Amino acid sequence: MRYERPQTITDATALLAGAAGNAHVLAGGTDLLVRMQNDDFDAGLVVDIKAIGGMCEIVESDNAFTIGAAVPCAALSEHAALVAAWPGIVEAANLIGSTQIQSRCTVAGNLCNASPAADSVPAMVAAGAQARIVGPDGTRMVAVEDIPQGPGKTSLEKGELIEAIVLTKPGPRSGDAYLRFIPRTEMDIAVVGVGVWLALDESGLVQEARVALGAVGPKVVLAQDAAAAIVGTPLDDAALDALAAACSAACNPIDDKRGTVTFRKQVAGVLARRAARIAHERAGVRQ
Amino acid sequence: MSFDATYRDKAFKSVGTRPLRPDGVDKVTGRARYGADFNMPGQLVARVLRSPHAHARIKRIDTSRAEAVRGVKAVITAADLPDLTDGDASLLAILDNCMARTKALYDGHAVAAVAAIDEKSAKQALKLIEVEYEILPHVVDVDAAARPDAPILNEAIRTSGVEPAPDTPSNVANRSEFGHGDVDAGFAQADVIVERSYRTEQTHQGYIEPHACVANCNPDGTTDLWVCTQGHFVYRQTCADLLGLEVSKLRVTSSEIGGGFGGKTHVWAEPVALALSRKAGRPVKLVMSREEVFRASGPTSATSIDVKIGAKADGTITAAEATLRYSNGPYADMWAELGAMTSFACYDLENVKTVGFEVLVNRPKVAAYRAPSAPMAAFAVESAVDELAHKIGMDAVEFRIRNAAKEGTRSSYGPVYGPIGIGPTLEAAKAHPHMSAPLGENQGRGMACGFWFNFGGQTCTDLNINADGTVTLAVGTVDVGGSRASLSLIAAEELGIDYQNVKAVVADTATLGYNDMTDGSRGTFSSSMATISAARNAIEVMRRRAALTWDIPVEDVHWEDGHAKAAGSKYDNLSPLSVKEIAAESGNSGGPIAGHSEMVADGAGVSFATHLCDVEVDPETGSTRIVRYTVIQDAGKAVHPAYVEGQYQGGAAQGIGWALNEEYIYGEDGRLQNPGFLDYRIPVCSDLPMIDTQILEIPNPNHPYGVRGVGETSIVPPLAAIANAVSNAVGVRMTHIPMSPPRILAALNADKDG
Amino acid sequence: MSSIAVSTTINGDDVEYLCQADETLLDVLRNRLGLMGAKEGCGTGDCGACSTIMDGRVVCSCLVLGAEAEGRSIETIEGMANGNELHPLQSKFIEHAALQCGICTPGFLMAAKALLDVKPDPTEKDIRFWLAGNLCRCTGYDKIVRAVQDAAQEMKGARA
Repeated sequence: MRYERPQTITDATALLAGAAGNAHVLAGGTDLLVRMQNDDFDAGLVVDIKAIGGMCEIVESDNAFTIGAAVPCAALSEHAALVAAWPGIVEAANLIGSTQIQSRCTVAGNLCNASPAADSVPAMVAAGAQARIVGPDGTRMVAVEDIPQGPGKTSLEKGELIEAIVLTKPGPRSGDAYLRFIPRTEMDIAVVGVGVWLALDESGLVQEARVALGAVGPKVVLAQDAAAAIVGTPLDDAALDALAAACSAACNPIDDKRGTVTFRKQVAGVLARRAARIAHERAGVRQ
Repeated sequence: MSFDATYRDKAFKSVGTRPLRPDGVDKVTGRARYGADFNMPGQLVARVLRSPHAHARIKRIDTSRAEAVRGVKAVITAADLPDLTDGDASLLAILDNCMARTKALYDGHAVAAVAAIDEKSAKQALKLIEVEYEILPHVVDVDAAARPDAPILNEAIRTSGVEPAPDTPSNVANRSEFGHGDVDAGFAQADVIVERSYRTEQTHQGYIEPHACVANCNPDGTTDLWVCTQGHFVYRQTCADLLGLEVSKLRVTSSEIGGGFGGKTHVWAEPVALALSRKAGRPVKLVMSREEVFRASGPTSATSIDVKIGAKADGTITAAEATLRYSNGPYADMWAELGAMTSFACYDLENVKTVGFEVLVNRPKVAAYRAPSAPMAAFAVESAVDELAHKIGMDAVEFRIRNAAKEGTRSSYGPVYGPIGIGPTLEAAKAHPHMSAPLGENQGRGMACGFWFNFGGQTCTDLNINADGTVTLAVGTVDVGGSRASLSLIAAEELGIDYQNVKAVVADTATLGYNDMTDGSRGTFSSSMATISAARNAIEVMRRRAALTWDIPVEDVHWEDGHAKAAGSKYDNLSPLSVKEIAAESGNSGGPIAGHSEMVADGAGVSFATHLCDVEVDPETGSTRIVRYTVIQDAGKAVHPAYVEGQYQGGAAQGIGWALNEEYIYGEDGRLQNPGFLDYRIPVCSDLPMIDTQILEIPNPNHPYGVRGVGETSIVPPLAAIANAVSNAVGVRMTHIPMSPPRILAALNADKDG
Repeated sequence: MSSIAVSTTINGDDVEYLCQADETLLDVLRNRLGLMGAKEGCGTGDCGACSTIMDGRVVCSCLVLGAEAEGRSIETIEGMANGNELHPLQSKFIEHAALQCGICTPGFLMAAKALLDVKPDPTEKDIRFWLAGNLCRCTGYDKIVRAVQDAAQEMKGARA
């Protein structure tokens, strides 16, 4: 295995594009190094992107936050403006692993690891986050939900890497939230995760919504029926019941060591209801 | 010299205080050396090849390609560990578990091992070992394995303990029975009977330090083993037996131990490391990975238990019966038997019967885990007892007080009790503020009792009085949680000197006589008894030295408060001599001063505890939070109360993990699905509240200071206490441990649908 | 395979070492530099026994490559005491019997230090969640949490 630490993104993409065998991007390493312990792990090249300018920075512009691909999740919660704008995403990012893991793990890495149970992904999908991808052929913006293709698989082409996650600043009367279920209080992989973003109209009805589910299928699920169930409603009990039912219906989970099909479907509805309430409350106070 | 172990009430000066532990600084500075923290010159790295199959015949192993890898110095298989067990079936089982001989009996069973100059070469060599397996049908479930149509693990096994002796093989290795009276007659007198079946899943001790050792076999037969173990003398004996080594030439040094809880009472990798070192002619370091720890070492039994208890309307239990099936892994042991012995040990019963079945399954060999087998039996029995109390309409604590065993009770497993703590712990529970604290929404309170035998065993100790009057205490019981502090307190107490002037160490096997391991809650009990004996012997020497100094008869010298004193007014002019003064003169008065002791520390007092627990269950997700937890346990005498509390808290925390989330999960293929701390979910810091403790001291009449073992009992009640609390919170009786959120939610759904 | 030359700072001292590309910082500390206070309990970032502080953040050294330490500042348990003067956390762990077997202790101390560095007056809940990545199987965490609380109080008093 070769370790490289390029100084520019061009060098990074060239290294990745030119690699003969398996090549991996190293940002926080909290997934990659675990896989490296595995006896059948095989990598010819690891490209550490942390020396590349901007990779470790959160940049706030007039209309967006740009989170460099190597920014550790812990840094998200230290960015007051980001916390105020996207509390659901920051909470999701800070649910990943332990304090130690959060010192290293990144939302871009969480996305590229393409685990269906990734905590930050449903939150980002609900928020309409975009990934800025750089490759040998240039730069493109891709909706976050289009990156994971199945467990461990992404839509990135050889030589491409995520440079940053871009979050547009939220509009008035909007809010996001993410909740997940784990058996313990910390340190577990999500058994079910639900991200909700919604915006209210001036009369207080839900005008727009996005609902994303994690760990209930091979990749993150953007549950459009679930969003539709609350749009136009005051998020009353009937709307929440419809939301929960739609979320349960949108699940296509498996029985595994972390949970059962029945459990995941049922709890997806429960969490959707709770997350929607939180997002609604946040939307209510944001003018 | 005869030793009088009788308890005598006295005012303590050192015992019962909370001084700083002698190994504290080393452990907070990273200087303490654990199993993996030791290296030798020219040391090789070992790696073990393990079976990916739950049950498979090993048809052929070819190691030639692995041996050819550059840097590889030795490759071994079972052929390098010939059977020297001479018909000893239990020893052969240990050998077979260290390295599969004809069949791989579980996912993770060792089949070969490599020693190489570095990890990379060793790993490369492992991949080149060719093993041809014939895959056999497997069985991992305890009930399925006990059925007549189950795949048989060992064709030679006939169920023992049944009449007439069966002539067909079975996975049920043994049946054991305990009890007295006539349970049928007893049930006939009952007004109310509760009868239920319970299940518990397999758990692991979960010590944070993986097994690790460094083995060095020299060409002249002298051999050293550095290892994290709960019993280096036992490891020495087992390794010597398995490898045909002379006991005197095998020197075993116990490292600091990073947790054991029973899991480091059995050899695993040590004979493999020794065999590799012998073959390679170099020192070999073998450290298990976390995955190997889960797949190949230590779990406790999975169980299936039926309980039936009957009582009169006034709350008197008339009969109690339990049938217990415990998984053993692939080798027969006595885990169900221990469960059958402990089931009803808390109660004074006229009619009681317990039957235990040892069941072989394709899972790792079961190892002791803190009060082994008792928590599962207590879960079943204490759940049924709680339900019975509710049915009769009695308070759960009152019901237990009414039926509690006391001094003179004939226990369900045979012996008649002396003074015991079950009644006092229940009375303390009744009076505890926890019992009357208000409960919130979705919260429930539960309680349960627990019992453990405790153990004494072979013990040997040296106590040396140094020329400056300080004391070096060498013990042979491994310090798993502060016993060097406790034993220093004991020596200080008996000699009448300051704790600061005693330094306790754990001696290696070459420098002290044989000691049983630190198991059975015996470390502080047995070594404190031996320390008192050694101190008394040293005092005898000091009395003689004082008599010599004063030139008076030794009968006229008595020992008081750390001083030799001349008895009677005729010696008024003789000032008492301190330990320091006597020690200073030792070179001129007969040489070094020491006390030795060797004994079988009999009379370990049985131990009882009562736990109280409040939980909050989220009815929509089945998630359980421990809101409040109280441990009340009899310590006999708490030598160092902080470490007694630590044992209470640690046992409770392990029980909480077992009750709620910990379990071995097997796939259809018989492979372990969760061999890591990510999905084998031990409690994390944010899962638990502070754990309150109340130490009761009902002196053990068979120990000079009244000490009982305290380490194990605390893991016995939690499963039942939490199950009772959850059942009270949600109104549905939980009968399957762990009560993971999917299980609780499924039970709630079934209750709604039903 | 050729080795990578790394220049870094460990416990305030300049350190240079050679390591393999796939070698973890934990292996470098333990096997190359003799700093064996960091323990390997799992190798997968689930137990926290190998916790060290890198540029002010607590990390699992089993999930950091040795090569990544280039130009960084690493703190390990061996650097926590100031000569013979223990850090208040170290003293309080001994005083409160916050360790039994002690294998998790170096990791807990590093994580707790990182907490008090950023949050000198944590609540019990803060402490419990911050330390959730450090597994202890002996104590039930009770005495560990109390030791951290007491150390925070003492350090606050010393600053006042």
